[in-house]
Amino acid sequence: MKNRIKSLFAQKPKGLLSVYFTAGFPNLNDTETIILELEKSGVDLIEVGMPFSDPLADGPTIQASSTVALKNGMTIPKLFEQLQDIRQKTQIPLVLMGYLNPVMQYGVERFCQKAAEVGIDGIILPDLPLHQYVEEYKELFEKYNLSKVFLVTPQTPEARIREIDCHSNGFIYMVSSASTTGKTVGLAEQSQAYFQRVAGMQLQNPGVIGFGIHDKETFVAACNHASGAIIGSAFVKALQQEGSLQENISSFIQSIKN
Amino acid sequence: MSYHVNEKGFYGKFGGAYIPEMLYPNVEELRQHYLRIMQEPDFQEELQHLLKDYVGRPTPLYFAPRLSQKYNTKVYLKREDLNHTGAHKINNTIGQVLLAKRLGKKRIIAETGAGQHGVATATVCALMGLECIVYMGEIDIERQAPNVARMKMLGAQVVAATSGSKTLKDATNEAIRDWINNPENTYYIIGSVVGPHPYPDMVARFQAVISEEMRAQLLEKEGTELPTYVVACVGGGSNAAGAFYHYLDEPEVQLVAVEAAGKGVHSGESAATSILGRDGIIHGSRTLLMQTDDGQITEPYSISAGLDYPGVGPLHAHLFESKRARFESATDEEALQAVLELTRLEGIIPALESAHALAVLDRLKAKPDDIVVINLSGRGDKDLSTYLKHFHFDEK
Repeated sequence: MKNRIKSLFAQKPKGLLSVYFTAGFPNLNDTETIILELEKSGVDLIEVGMPFSDPLADGPTIQASSTVALKNGMTIPKLFEQLQDIRQKTQIPLVLMGYLNPVMQYGVERFCQKAAEVGIDGIILPDLPLHQYVEEYKELFEKYNLSKVFLVTPQTPEARIREIDCHSNGFIYMVSSASTTGKTVGLAEQSQAYFQRVAGMQLQNPGVIGFGIHDKETFVAACNHASGAIIGSAFVKALQQEGSLQENISSFIQSIKN
Repeated sequence: MSYHVNEKGFYGKFGGAYIPEMLYPNVEELRQHYLRIMQEPDFQEELQHLLKDYVGRPTPLYFAPRLSQKYNTKVYLKREDLNHTGAHKINNTIGQVLLAKRLGKKRIIAETGAGQHGVATATVCALMGLECIVYMGEIDIERQAPNVARMKMLGAQVVAATSGSKTLKDATNEAIRDWINNPENTYYIIGSVVGPHPYPDMVARFQAVISEEMRAQLLEKEGTELPTYVVACVGGGSNAAGAFYHYLDEPEVQLVAVEAAGKGVHSGESAATSILGRDGIIHGSRTLLMQTDDGQITEPYSISAGLDYPGVGPLHAHLFESKRARFESATDEEALQAVLELTRLEGIIPALESAHALAVLDRLKAKPDDIVVINLSGRGDKDLSTYLKHFHFDEK
């Protein structure tokens, strides 16, 4: 079975742009519009955020967008309903990102099955720890051909990075510095050393750098050290500008790419 | 059945460490070292010295004659309210700050609900000369003003948590985010038996001094180490964990956990997690928690800031599911009546949290020869404005 994430990295091993948005924000039914506009603007991979009431790894921007999305009525069943026909309109790789509790309540197997059915390629659940995944869920994810993406940070020891690499199939999400999402301090010198250390490990999965990537400069810097970079909070902020959703999306993505 | 944590960090199916990778090195460091450090002779020596001369332990086990007469049974109060800073919380903060020092950490963070854990943390940080930041829900900052003042007096920085319900859950979220952003120099002193493994076990071990003393004191007073009942209030559940700890494997001792029913268990304004909660993940732990059908964590309610938490420690979730402990709940009103009753019968003004444990005395149907130990986890100074208002003592 083909997985769009693997095909993408095979075709485009460098300079890949991945964008995160919170489903249900700014409006409940913007999901499809945002995905199609991102693809049109030249984004390579999209992370669709499933909002959670208590997003521990997120800073104020994504927290606030999650609160609005939940208030708008976003739920996992609603999101799957919105994505039902998405594969008739686009083949861009799609990753669902969220926290474990809502997925657990929906039922992990049911979630994997439904995600595969609508054409999702990968899943990121930052609070599902590696050993728990391996013990309880890995078989399920593989059964439904879903890439499970794990995070590594500058503090992750080499042996653990290797273990994560061994259980990943898709890409590794390299958190740029120790922080919650949305910090815009740029990429520190220390981070460069960490990027080089990971690059030097010759992992089987490509790395994509996220957290703190918010403009062209940080995007280009990140791409020098990995296969690509992920923009989240800065994009969520851009969606709140005045003007139409389409204009906001295309002008933000152009500001990164050109 | 075992009621203790297993080598993977679970109590039955509850517990574990469901944390983002950013927290893994910190939590793993703690997991690898906490038992070893806690067993070192010089650690124990320093801990015991501070518990005795600084905290004021052992706390008395007081036979309450008029309360006993009223309920026609033998009621003892474990006087955790007499600890330095006014509650059981300092048993844990003393232990954890000594651990933090041995791990070389310079900056301490904590969350607090009623402010008792915040005060206890600020106190040990002043004692050890460490920087201290306490996260507290905006609503709790208003309703627990005396404790906010004490923390500031002690040199702590009090940061308002303004997200969500603006109470203990949100203060905990903010503390966890702080820890993610400061992974190298910071130690997070969690105040209850919640959070990722090893916290629930570590905090329970530091609070276990409560039941260790109870056993010795009961032997002296009653000729037996084993009471009929041990009763304690449960928010996250640290005082209950301490009061139950050395009785977990004594099946003849009935353990009674009392949750906050708020305005009534099914009123929509409650914090009775064992009844209203379902299996899920909160603050890095798999446990029972109050949530919507979609798995969003709901906002609890209790008049008592210390019990206003949508989850419960994984040990307690396990005690509930295995039926080792009996779970009761008390409403705001019942707790307030229990405050006045203890005040007028025994001359002790309890904290609102502890009053929830007192409030179920009549429901125990204890016999005259039964021994009931109530863990009086804290004193009521911080709640005086609530009491004055409720009982109209503030009217001229």
